[in-house]
Amino acid sequence: MHWTDSGIVLSVRPHGESSAVVQMLTQNQGRHAGLVRGAQGKRLSGVYQPGNLVSVRWSGRLAEHLGNFECELVESYAARVLDDPPRLAALSAAAAVSERALPERESHAACYEGFLVLLEALSGEHWAEVYVRWEMAVLAELGFGLDLSACAGGGANDQLAYVSPRTGRAVSLAAGEPYRDRLLPLPGFLGGRGGGGPDEVAQGLALTGFFLERHVFAPHHQAPPAARQRLAERFPVVP
Amino acid sequence: MAISDIERLIQLLARLPGLGPRSARRVALQMIKKRETLMLPLAAALQQAAESIRACTICGNLDTQETCAICRDPERDATIICVAEEVGDLWAIERSGAFKGRYHVLGGTLSALDGRGPDQLNVAALMDRLRPADDGTMPVREVILALSVTVDGQTTGHYIAERLAGAGVSVTRLAHGVPVGGELDYLDDGTLSAALKARGPA
Repeated sequence: MHWTDSGIVLSVRPHGESSAVVQMLTQNQGRHAGLVRGAQGKRLSGVYQPGNLVSVRWSGRLAEHLGNFECELVESYAARVLDDPPRLAALSAAAAVSERALPERESHAACYEGFLVLLEALSGEHWAEVYVRWEMAVLAELGFGLDLSACAGGGANDQLAYVSPRTGRAVSLAAGEPYRDRLLPLPGFLGGRGGGGPDEVAQGLALTGFFLERHVFAPHHQAPPAARQRLAERFPVVP
Repeated sequence: MAISDIERLIQLLARLPGLGPRSARRVALQMIKKRETLMLPLAAALQQAAESIRACTICGNLDTQETCAICRDPERDATIICVAEEVGDLWAIERSGAFKGRYHVLGGTLSALDGRGPDQLNVAALMDRLRPADDGTMPVREVILALSVTVDGQTTGHYIAERLAGAGVSVTRLAHGVPVGGELDYLDDGTLSAALKARGPA
């Protein structure tokens, strides 16, 4: 049996001398692994870099087999950011989070589409804000979405400033003031005000990192991926 | 030699790069045929190498002495260090004959898959080599990052460049672009865009 799809390369694990087991986030099949013969060779190693968009054909005798991938490069997103440390860190973090957070062989088209938007946004100015929004989308897709539509404490919706770590719901500035030490700051660009910037990105990464760790990584006894931690270190939280 | 010994030899040979079970069988048969001229000297050489080869305490290269031949060579420029991922990369640069400085072998790249973080790389020893002498002179003026042009390789390169930012040395990296003998029509998009970005005066 076989299928064809579009996919984003997430990771490449060497297998034997020249082959590799490649993890891919595909549009319709979700996160899927497959064996690629010659993936470590001179001809193909450039294709199988995390973040690259490929047209993929999977074939296997049975659906539950690992199977083989045959891919054709569509867009070399990795090459675009190799010389740019922060953008490369974001690409690596997104690939690592996708690999660790998304269940295998379960379609999550929103995560795939969001990843593509992020890859395109890496060429622009507001890539870090897009990255935070992508992690929000991953949380929502996995059933742990944050509710930033209204204040959970009954306060004014136009002054949402915090997120409750317990419920994941927004809290207004006035309602959250007595509990501010226990609440997570809501960056302005997620609350519909403010234009982003390094401080807000740091708050956003802390916010999504908290819920990813609690709902996605910790239940599987996993730490957040090192690549994501390296990205977060580039945006230190200002107290 | 009993059958099991032959099978064991074949199994061990088959684990070498480039050899499968069939080619390992051919190699084993050839060695058995040339027992005196090939097999015994090879066994002695393997034994000798296993006992004597070690990693250089300065750069991580492989040699039979504590300090490798490159680090001992007074003719080489000690003020330029070329950082390589593995000893194989060091040997490749040496084969080119284009570099006359010294080396530092990291022992891999940052890799979440392999569980290799900054602490697993030989970076602390590199920082030690860059430390100013007692009289304040800098022992190294340039560090060349000769790492793979892959996501892991370049992530490692950026990490090291950031670690070296305050060390008072110039940090450079190998150029990315069109290989010698490369026809543009056959190059991938990534290499072409890197070559265009790094273009220079004609």
